[in-house]
Order: sequence, then C-alpha cells, then structure tokens
Amino acid sequence: MTQPQLTRLALCAALLVSTVLVSPSRAVLPEEMLKDERLEGRARVLSQELRCVVCQNQSIDDSNAPLAHDLRVLLRERLLAGDSDRQAVDFIVARYGNFVLLKPPLQWNTVLLWLGPLLALLVAIIGFGRYVRGAAANASAAARTPALNADELKAIEAILDRRSSV
Amino acid sequence: MLRLSYLAPLLAFMGLTAGLAFSLSNDPRRMPSTLIDKPTPSFNMASLDGKDAGFSNTDLKGGVILLNVFASWCPGCRVEHPMLLKLAETSGIPIYGLNWKDTRSDGSRWLARHGSPYIRVGSDEPGRVGIDFGVTGVPETFVIDRTGRIRFRYPGPLTEEVWRDEFEPLLKALRSES
Repeated sequence: MTQPQLTRLALCAALLVSTVLVSPSRAVLPEEMLKDERLEGRARVLSQELRCVVCQNQSIDDSNAPLAHDLRVLLRERLLAGDSDRQAVDFIVARYGNFVLLKPPLQWNTVLLWLGPLLALLVAIIGFGRYVRGAAANASAAARTPALNADELKAIEAILDRRSSV
Repeated sequence: MLRLSYLAPLLAFMGLTAGLAFSLSNDPRRMPSTLIDKPTPSFNMASLDGKDAGFSNTDLKGGVILLNVFASWCPGCRVEHPMLLKLAETSGIPIYGLNWKDTRSDGSRWLARHGSPYIRVGSDEPGRVGIDFGVTGVPETFVIDRTGRIRFRYPGPLTEEVWRDEFEPLLKALRSES
C-alpha cells in the first residue's frame, strides 16, 4: 500500500473506533454532580434504574425533563445525608411507587413478567420434543410398511402406461 | 378424535386478544398513586400571593377538600381554570392550591389575571412538596378526606365530564363517611 492509502485507512479506523468509544450523552449536568466521586458513582448507577415519570421510557439519568433533574438532585441529597442505596431508592418509591423502578421487583403481579420467558421456553422445548418424537414414529412406521410385490408393481406400471398413452 | 393440541392456536389467540384488550384500557400516563389512603405528607409552604398566611398540611384537616397543583407555565392549567372557578363558586368544596415549580411572581401574576379559586395557595418553587405528593405533572388534583388522608388523584385538566364521572360519586361517598 502507498503512503496516502495507509493514512486514509488509519483515519477510517480511528473514526470507527471513536464512534464506539463515545458514550451516549446523559442528561446529568456538571452542577448536579457530587464532589465525592464514590457517591456520584452510586448516584449514577441508581439513577439509571429509576424511571422518569414524565418521559416514561427514559431513566432519570437520561431524561432532560425538569422533574427528572429534581429527582436526580433529590437522590444525591439523600446519598449525601447518609442513606444507603436501598434507602435512597425507597425514598423515591414511597412517592411514585414501584412504577419508577425500571427493574420491577418480583411480586405476585410481576411473576408472569419475570417467569414468562422461561414459560415460553418450556412450551417450546415440550413442543419440539413432541415434534421430534412424532417424526421418529412416522419414520419407523414407514420402515415397517412392507414393500410392493412383483404383481403389484406390474399393476401400477400398467396403469401408468395407460395414462401416458392417452 | 378431536385432539386438544388443535385448540392450542385458538387458546393462544384468545390469550393474546385478552392481553391486548387489557393494554388498550391501561394508560401508563395514569400511573396509580402510591399515596392513596395515606396521610398527606407534611409540608409548610409560604403564601404565593401574600394574601393568606401560607399553607401547611395542618390546614387540610377537618373537611373534604380538593388540592389542585398548578403552574403559570402549564397550558392544561389554563384549560381547567374556568372549571375550578366554577367549582369554587357552586360546589361548596374548599379548593387549595399548590403552585408547583413556578416563581412566586409568575404564579401570583397568573392568579391575579385569571382569578383565584383557592382558599389558600402555597408556593412550591423548588417542587419538593409536589414530589412528596408524587406529582408527575401539572395540572393534578387530589381529594383529601376529613382525616387528612389522600383519597384520589387525578392527573390532567378537570372537565365537566371528569368532575361528574370521577369526582362527584367519590365526594358523595366521602361526605357520608362519619
């Protein structure tokens, strides 16, 4: 390869790598962040699991809604006040319900949600097993069927000949 | 012989239809409030327009009342405002206001321009009282019973229809509670 070609290739590779390395933009503003990096790290993890109640398919970490901002600040205040992760999340759940948990807890009304995929897999496995057994039974039944004898073969040929001559 | 497995697609279809029918009437915007039947959170807000002595949770005890969350920046509040004014005049139910995430000057100017249906209005500029009530947006209206417990939460603008279908039956029941 010539020098310009190599340069171009390297440039393309660098661009490609940069698209992968760039993290998706978050809504967290610099002035919201806590000075304590460990607390801030905990706050980031927690806020990614809390649903924004305004734009419901985003976490409060993603959302630019003013209420999401308020909840991020509130969460950080709770952590600063010495709350455990659990206590801080429970504080918000007490106000907005389990609905704000992007990962719902396992309860009687969420059992289907959690076990549904397993159930579907089970049904698929059973169905597939039955199908395989059915196919095997068909194959062995076909193998047991006696072959045609010479007279029968002759009769069939006669029929086919008659047809093709018409 | 009728094999049961022939019915499986029909059963699956019926299940799917039932699920979809449920989802049709299951609006995620109308999240259930976790505060139903719980005491109102405690709060103490400064008066919005200085015309009353502020507003705290102790003011809410003693009768069935409405708590309306509003803001000057909220179009839906403008829509429901005539309805609130009318209710204040005709229904006899005391209406309290919570001015949420709004500046005091904007909020009081808005009330002065459009008229106030409220007995007391608290200013919740930081929005924390609203969060304690589980407010997700404005307007939102709560019904609080005589013992100071939240009994109902309605997100969205109040209309005649909503009032007739959702509020009146509840208020009637609450008033007959001893």
